[in-house]
Amino acid sequence: MSNAAMQGTYLGEGSGLRAWLLTTDHKRVAWLYLVSLTAFFFLGGAMAVLMRIELATPAGDLVSDDVYNRLFSLHGIIMVWFFLVPSIPATMGNFLLPLMIGARDLAFPRLNLASWYVFIFGSLFALFAVAAGGVDTGWTFYTPLSTLYANGFVSTAAFGVFIVGFSTIMTGINFIVSVHTLRAPGLTWFRLPIFVWTLYATSLVMVLATPVLAASLILIVLERVFGIGIFNPDLGGDPLLFQHLFWFYSHPAVYIMILPGMGVVSEVLPCFSRRPLFGYKAVAMSSMAIAVFGFLVWGHHMFVSGQSAYAGVVFSFLSFCVAIPSAIKVFNWSLTLRKGEISFETPMLYALFFLALFTFGGLAGLFLAALAVDVHVHDTYFVIAHFHYIMVGGMVTAYMAGLHFWWPKLTGRMYSEIAGRIAATVTFVGFNLTFFPQYVLGFDGMPRRYHTYPPEFQFWNVLSSGGAVVLAIGYLMPLFYLGWSLFRGARAPDNPWNATGLEWQTSSPPPPHNFETMPIVTRPAYAYDMKGLEHERFSPHREEAAR
Amino acid sequence: MSGTESIAFDTPQRERRADNFAMWVFIGSEAMLFGAIFLVFLVAHIDFGPAFAAASKHLSLPLGTFNTAVLITSSFTMALAHRFTLQRRWHATVWALAATSALGVCFLVVKGIEYGKEISEGLAPVLDLPFRYAGPDPVHAQLFFGLYFAMTSLHALHLIGGIVVIAGMIALWRRCSPANRLRRVVAVGLYWHFVDVIWVFMFPVLYLINR
Repeated sequence: MSNAAMQGTYLGEGSGLRAWLLTTDHKRVAWLYLVSLTAFFFLGGAMAVLMRIELATPAGDLVSDDVYNRLFSLHGIIMVWFFLVPSIPATMGNFLLPLMIGARDLAFPRLNLASWYVFIFGSLFALFAVAAGGVDTGWTFYTPLSTLYANGFVSTAAFGVFIVGFSTIMTGINFIVSVHTLRAPGLTWFRLPIFVWTLYATSLVMVLATPVLAASLILIVLERVFGIGIFNPDLGGDPLLFQHLFWFYSHPAVYIMILPGMGVVSEVLPCFSRRPLFGYKAVAMSSMAIAVFGFLVWGHHMFVSGQSAYAGVVFSFLSFCVAIPSAIKVFNWSLTLRKGEISFETPMLYALFFLALFTFGGLAGLFLAALAVDVHVHDTYFVIAHFHYIMVGGMVTAYMAGLHFWWPKLTGRMYSEIAGRIAATVTFVGFNLTFFPQYVLGFDGMPRRYHTYPPEFQFWNVLSSGGAVVLAIGYLMPLFYLGWSLFRGARAPDNPWNATGLEWQTSSPPPPHNFETMPIVTRPAYAYDMKGLEHERFSPHREEAAR
Repeated sequence: MSGTESIAFDTPQRERRADNFAMWVFIGSEAMLFGAIFLVFLVAHIDFGPAFAAASKHLSLPLGTFNTAVLITSSFTMALAHRFTLQRRWHATVWALAATSALGVCFLVVKGIEYGKEISEGLAPVLDLPFRYAGPDPVHAQLFFGLYFAMTSLHALHLIGGIVVIAGMIALWRRCSPANRLRRVVAVGLYWHFVDVIWVFMFPVLYLINR
């Protein structure tokens, strides 16, 4: 990539390994994360594919039950902590937050680089746990299984997750402080792009919830290594206490995983319908509401754990409350589209698929928040389908939307629009084919985490496994056409989508310190209805003709 | 951009404000970590109050009280260091910082003596050491001592972190510009006071409750 055209951009500032590994430029740190997270995504994905192949037949013929336990545990651990939690914040958030607020960098550039090294250090523990034989506790490390009975490398994996937590907290602090102290002149809180609002809400959750996970993982390691029996009933401990602590982190973590995706969609939908975001303040505030409610609903993971019926009713009620800010967002996104000049470029396709899949997954969440229904479908494939609709159908789809939307800014290159649209559609079809059957299976009573099942479930399982193959193709395609674009793609103009937002006012790719002259903001976000934005869009053919 | 450590800031004043704010956010995060552990302790205490009260009497109140006094004094010297920095009395600042970390080391030594005493009395249910507790309800007393070691060692780790940072700061003192000296003293000071405050909660909860 180091050719003449990249001179004067952040990509032209030295191309050696040293220049990348010792950089404190937030844009380059974002690339470090992007490369490592992509590796983890495909590692975790490969485990999912192995599981789906095993589940194509009712008998356990491909892998033993023990190996299957390790597969789903590592799939969960890798996907949650080594992909989903850092996914959008550490890559696109890192790259775009300073650009969007008109700053030269994050508040603490060295802390930002350090967070990547901490992430890599923690991930080495996790990879060692994989290589050495795996973990069979599930990603939740439930006690007493994880402390007394599990024979995998629980301490190693838990320690890896514990360390990665520090990296999350570092990123969170950096984002919060940057948003407070580095906004450009004129960029008031209610002129911030929604993506910044969601990163801010996410960072709050990261900073306040991750330490609780750290505490519970420390206690697990203390129990396994030092014999302090805090979760061991024989020693007077309480195994359920772990579930309370774990979900106090892990439910807010669900919002760490989805809020940034909501932010991306809030950027993409107005741009490709040429309309200001409908109900800006409501969307911004609903992000904060989700972050707050997220701390109050952990008990809905424990409806069948024997907690008191009163606690169950309260947690059920609060869980329903989360639907309100989520629905506010969905309605506002839908109304943004109304009377818009909608065009279906790749990022828009992904964003619309997000809208559909998130809504569908969210509605299933209402089923699960209802006490009686949850008792019926608890620990079945219904739950699996629900959270995959949110995490994969929602977050990963939004991740792809953001990656395509900002790819010209990240690289200075365009990708193949046709390939992008095909990949988006293949992903959508593959996703629904994989996970919709799991709703049916779960409702019919197929429990999660088993490698065999009664023959009457085979029809839906075969559909789901077939869908997994389609989905894998949908995720592998961008690896090739985006990789190709990185070296051979057409040069991108500074603002290929004719979008608002400070990140589009600088060059593509941006110069090392982001802006040649520091910007001053005079408009609200998403001023797509204001004069001065010509209604032209990048078209490769026009660029060719101009050359 | 002159005088700022990070290129993101225009003036050292803004950078100092950001530093200070970041430290408070970090302390909020740390408070959640200790909050979770305190919660575990308090839940267990509600369940097994009498056993915990009896076990608590086996901790050394004199040593605990002495250590509390040591840490509060270290907070005082830390506050002095901050004051001296504002007055640009650099020599005095270094002495106050050195006194702070020395008091931190003193706390750790006394804590170590306390641990040694508890281990020799068979009150340490860790690493398969013999547990010889003579009081009532030994199972839940064991949980008490487990929590005691978990909580106090987590606090000690934080204190060690603070001592290391202060030692590093003294070692690099000459290379540090006056503006950066103030930023660092303020940041470390906040952290040090926070670790003290944790102990101020830990001491009554572990040593004094139901005595």
